[in-house]
Formats: sequence, structure tokens, C-alpha cells
Amino acid sequence: MHYEAIVIGVSSGGMNALKIISSALPGDFNIPIIIVQHLSAHSDSHWINLLNEKSHLDVKEADEKEKIEKGNIYIAPPNYHLLIEKDKTFSLTIDERVNFARPSIDVLFESAAEAYTNKLIGIVLTGSNSDGTKGIKRIKDCGGLAIIQDPKTADSEYMPKSAIAAIVPDYILSLEDIVALLIQINQQKR
Amino acid sequence: MRYKDTSDLEISLLLEAIYRKYGYDFREYSQAHIRRRIMNRMSASGFEDVSQMQSKVLNDEAFASELLQNLSITVTEMFRDPVFYRSLRENVIPVLKTYPFIKIWHAGCATGEEAYSMAILLQEEGLYDRTTIYATDFNQMALNRAKDGIFSNKMIKEYTSNYQLSGGKESFSCYYTSNYDNVIMNQSLKKNIVWANHNLVTDSVFAEVNLILCRNVLIYFDKNLQNKVQTLFYNSLINGGVLCLGSKESLRFSDLYEQYIELDTKQRIFKKKY
Repeated sequence: MHYEAIVIGVSSGGMNALKIISSALPGDFNIPIIIVQHLSAHSDSHWINLLNEKSHLDVKEADEKEKIEKGNIYIAPPNYHLLIEKDKTFSLTIDERVNFARPSIDVLFESAAEAYTNKLIGIVLTGSNSDGTKGIKRIKDCGGLAIIQDPKTADSEYMPKSAIAAIVPDYILSLEDIVALLIQINQQKR
Repeated sequence: MRYKDTSDLEISLLLEAIYRKYGYDFREYSQAHIRRRIMNRMSASGFEDVSQMQSKVLNDEAFASELLQNLSITVTEMFRDPVFYRSLRENVIPVLKTYPFIKIWHAGCATGEEAYSMAILLQEEGLYDRTTIYATDFNQMALNRAKDGIFSNKMIKEYTSNYQLSGGKESFSCYYTSNYDNVIMNQSLKKNIVWANHNLVTDSVFAEVNLILCRNVLIYFDKNLQNKVQTLFYNSLINGGVLCLGSKESLRFSDLYEQYIELDTKQRIFKKKY
């Protein structure tokens, strides 16, 4: 299967999880990754710079109307929802919070599922709310691949547990195994 | 254009129907957002598909008006992005002080929070008495609420913090009166605000102004519509006038980028060249 994009949703405990994933992926990883991490509305982009320094890929904030390209890890800006258009560009909105969150994982996942259908991988990581559950369900419904962090290995087990309760995931794995799987999928692609 | 997905076609036809029947034009909005709004309305109202809902929209004005509310964005706050308002004080107020009369256009003001923020700022800078603020939106219900100037008490803590971070000079509580669960903005703030119905997509230039604020509106438009509205703004600004966009909105991809200089790159404040 030729996957064209990976979306990741993560909340509390996410900084550490994202550090592990972004630093472990090789420079020739050629599936774009798009991430919603729940953050305070006023947080700056310092942490993105830190991730970028430790990554072989380019880690950056997603820009409005930006074309999604391989070799990049995109992060949703604080206080905006991030959506993906069918022409594989980003849209931002300031719509109401969804699941008390802006950016919301569900908003990203649902729009990504519409845009990439069965060529999408959705990943739900550590977090202490149920944002992402509806979204990962939509990804599955559209034929995409669902990977959930093993709740036993998550800082906060609530979010992965909530996702597992709603769908039959394709994989339930630790962060290290998720990285290994993604690398394997990427190699198959070439 | 061929549609692979029937729901995309149905949404496109619905937007065409809304435009032809009611005159509101969402045809050049970003599609993912419009799709999300329409699908939410559809499942909340129990329709099976968009075509079914289209018949209701065309034949039931009350329902159509409800859907228009769903498609209009009214999320806003006072002194949203305090750093922006700080920059406004430092970089734009000195420009405004050089004019005998000042005209400001708040485009897409929704329920008015940012227009009131501007009135407060101008009062503190001694400019409000010679200013007219045109606060416009296409959503009449939102405009009516803006005119009332009544906001929920729940938000005041956040607004106060925003105001202080923005460089406010007074106590924020002197700008409103508390009344049960609400606050009412001071009458003196309202006196030079003209609330008017104006649609950025379908209406044209109505005044020559010194300053335009249009923050987090253009993100909802596709590139073509963004360029059209940027032209409207350009034609509405006097030479040397200032344009303020949202913190994620850029002029860089607009055809008019060369016609402005950047006063504050990060806060997206631009000055029209002479």
C-alpha cells in the first residue's frame, strides 16, 4: 500500500513522545507527517525548534494554504484548527473548540480522511481526553490504517484507550515499535 | 469539472443554490471547513444526504438562516493576540496621530469584541474623539449583538488578562458595568462605532480609510477570493494607510505584496506605499 500521509494526535505527555518519533525517523523518510499536539493558546514555537534540531526531517509549523510535501513534519499552530484540503494543502480556522481543544485532533483527522481516504495512516498517542477518537474512526471508515499507542506504555492512557474502545486498530504498539513499523512501511513504499 | 465524490458535487450545488436564492456567496471558501460545517448541520438535523438538505434550505427560510449562522464564524475575543495590540500601540498609533480625522474599518467584526478593543485603545491614546470605526459583517445577528455590547461575564477574566498583556493603561473594569451574568460595555465606547452590514465577498468599497483590520477572516477563503478581497482592501486604504491581518495570514502570496511595506512582520501589519 502506498501511504501518502501520516496524521498524529497527541495530548498530555506528548512532548516526550514526539521527541522520540521525530528524532528516530531517518532522513529519507518520504511520507509527510502532520501532528496536532494540544497546547496552551499562547505557547510559542520554541519547542518546534527543539524538535527540528534533533530530527533528520524538517519540523515546522503548518502554514495556511501550504502544500504538503514529503520530508516534512508539520505541527498545527496553537489556537487554530488545522484541516487538510483535497488538493493536499492546509487550511486554518478559528472555529469553536472541539473536545475543549483548538487545535483539535478530530478536526485534523476527519479532514485528512476525506482528503487521503485509504492512503492515510492515523496514529493516536498519549493523552488524557477523548479527542481523536471520532477522527481515527473516520480514518478507518475511509480505509486508512489505524495505529494506537499501547496504553500500558503511554504517559496518559485515556486517549489511546478511548480510541481502542471505538475501533479495531490495525496495530497497538509502543512508541519504539511504532517508529519501526513506520520505517518498514516507508521502505515498502520505495 | 468532474467530481469523484458525490458529496463534493452536492456541496457545490448547495452553495450555488444558497447564492442564487439568498445572495450569500460561500462558493470560494476553503472547502474542508465548509464541508465540516455542512456535514455537522446535516447530521444534527437528521438529513441523509446534502441533496435532501438542499430542498429544505431552498424552501424553508428559517432553516436557511440557521445554516447561514453555521457557515459564519463568530469566534472572537477582546484584545485577541495581546502582542498584536501592543504592536498596534507602538507602530500604528503614531501614524494615526498625524491625521486630523481617522477612519478605521473592522472587516468581519462578528460580535464586535475587537472593535470595542480598538475603541478602548483609541480612548487611552486620546484619539477616539476624532475617529470613526466602521465595524462590518455579513451576519446581521452577530452585528445586532455587537451593537448591544453585552458580553458574558465568563470571558472577562481572560479579556482582562489580554488587555493587561496588550499594554492597557487603566483597570479593564472601568470600561464596562457588570450586570448579573453579563457585562455591558460603556456607552462612551460605542459613540463613534458605525455598525454596518457589508459582505466582503459580494460588496465593494464604501469608504477611504486610514486603517483596516481584518484578522482571521481571509483564512476561510480560497486563494482567488483572498486576492479579490485584498484588492478591495487596497482600494479602500489611503496612501500610507495600514492593513492588519491575523497572525497566520500573509500578504506574501497576494498579487499586492509589492504594494505594501511591512511595519511588523510577525504581527502581520502592513503599510500601503505612497
